[in-house]
Amino acid sequence: MALTKQEWLALEKKAHELRRLCLDTTFWAGSGHIGGGMSAMDVMTVLYHKYLNIKKDDPNWADRDRFVLSKGHAGVAYAPLLCDFGYNDMEQLKTFNLTNSKMGIHLDANKVVGVDASTGSLGHGMPIAVGMAFAAKVLGKDYMTYCLTGDGELDEGSNWEAAMTINHFNVNNLVTIVDRNHNMIDGNTEDIMKLEPLADKFTAFGFNVIKVDGHNIKELCDALDIAAANKNGSGKPVLILADTVKGAGIKMMENNYKWHYGAIDETMYEQCKRDLDAYYQARVERAEKEAN
Amino acid sequence: MAGGFVYTAVESTAMSTAEYYGNTLAELGRAHPEIVALTADLAGSTKIGVFQQEFPDRFFNVGIAEQNMFGIGAGMAKAGCVPFISTFSVFAALRSADQLHTDICYQNVNAKIIATHAGTSFGQAGSTHHAIVDLAVARSLPNLVVICPADGVETANAVKAAYEHQGPVFIRINRGFDRVLYADPDYGFELGKAVELHEGTDITVIATGSCAFQALQAANFLEGADGLKVRVLNIHTIKPIDKEAILKAIKDTRRIITVEDHSVIGGLGAAVAEIMADSGMACGFKRLGHPDQFAPIGLHEDIMSIIGIDSNGIIEAVRETMGKDFEQDDNWEDEV
Repeated sequence: MALTKQEWLALEKKAHELRRLCLDTTFWAGSGHIGGGMSAMDVMTVLYHKYLNIKKDDPNWADRDRFVLSKGHAGVAYAPLLCDFGYNDMEQLKTFNLTNSKMGIHLDANKVVGVDASTGSLGHGMPIAVGMAFAAKVLGKDYMTYCLTGDGELDEGSNWEAAMTINHFNVNNLVTIVDRNHNMIDGNTEDIMKLEPLADKFTAFGFNVIKVDGHNIKELCDALDIAAANKNGSGKPVLILADTVKGAGIKMMENNYKWHYGAIDETMYEQCKRDLDAYYQARVERAEKEAN
Repeated sequence: MAGGFVYTAVESTAMSTAEYYGNTLAELGRAHPEIVALTADLAGSTKIGVFQQEFPDRFFNVGIAEQNMFGIGAGMAKAGCVPFISTFSVFAALRSADQLHTDICYQNVNAKIIATHAGTSFGQAGSTHHAIVDLAVARSLPNLVVICPADGVETANAVKAAYEHQGPVFIRINRGFDRVLYADPDYGFELGKAVELHEGTDITVIATGSCAFQALQAANFLEGADGLKVRVLNIHTIKPIDKEAILKAIKDTRRIITVEDHSVIGGLGAAVAEIMADSGMACGFKRLGHPDQFAPIGLHEDIMSIIGIDSNGIIEAVRETMGKDFEQDDNWEDEV
């Protein structure tokens, strides 16, 4: 599944559109978890638009690949993606967070089409994803399960319980991706509760840890290719440690823990759009230069 | 303490209550390949070894990690398996409460929780292993069906009914051997329906779990000794509860005693009290169960005796309630 230049540029364009849509949704809702949404958007874009074996016309296809967004508060990024993908009406984004809307901060799998697991309480995604991977084996299915966790949520012990399980059962039909944006609600992860040396910890738990720039489409794809090649194989389960920037693409938000959750007024909204456009241009230039 | 019965020996059966569960699970497993079993290092204690032996590829021991186990179970259910998740009731309701709440109940997945060592059935282990608030937790969770079987045979019926029900089910069963209430499984077990164990018009004892047997013993004794006609209802399904049978008991007998191996807060007694209060029909009422305190250490039957949820305690409570003049007005109907 080597990444062509054309694919790379197409993924950049899609990621940009989705970042804009995430910004719009945050603006329409009045506020949202935009910081962690922006840090996760490239990973989710690459998964949904290159890797996930899913059907646009059959979201509940039993053999589909699964995706568990453990950092459920990134719903403000995930909902635009699922609407843009065609699973839900785009108009729903304009009612995000409003009373009686199908879409709130944390997406409900029973209300939003395409969501494989209702998340929000942190540290739940990895065990659920392990269960989905186990079920594939029991039911004789060949799908892959992907789980995207935040980094702050790794403070929850349940993640490490699941990590032990993934190692013990050598769960290779599961790919764990960490959105390492370095920030949580109260500050930098290393100030609140040290995670480092995080790669070493996961290595010690039995993973093949692949560190990538979480905003580099090519690096993400290379890592996901390694995981795909190892599916049902004998290699160690893959964990992609995606180094990301909280609020990526919007200058006032970048690497600023205070933008874990925030409100955007009209003036800020216009500035954010300009920032995202400039960010996109820079990324296209990089892709043009680095693509084969 | 009033007269009645004295425990002499624990009546044993061929199988413990959990063994009824384990064997029923294996039987269901043979017919339904999507059934899987999960344990957190308690395969032996929860008696799912038969399933493990027959279906090693459908059996998952995740180590001592209940949160992880409930999450995994939810994930498996979301993907089409029917997981039976077994652990001690105190851990099922509390250690993994967040996963039970969010992953299982909120997602409304088709997972079955078999919560063993319920109430004070593991009495010697102390309050870390007593489950006297599990019903309060489970009963308040939306989408969750909650069953508290009276003995091994009823456990087998409950496990089968849980499989037939689409959605999450929580079954709390005792450790060890329950006194045998049902010799024959064909007594008409129906999810959400009370079973009348003894007819009566003077007072109704509403019991659940191991207390159902005790209530029946008490009713038989009181009929001979006091000439009282005690209706006994076995409420095996705590949620959805048989409101109709409870309202009928209030109308017919106007005196109600509830009895459970659980806190008087949040369990069967509370559920019955809520129904009574909502109905607007006051009646003589007493809840037997654990007072708002942790239980002592000891043998299950001793703890049941100490807190008065054995037959002696029920007899005493019936006599006390019969002697009370609670009625302000003999005719409820004219007050509606």
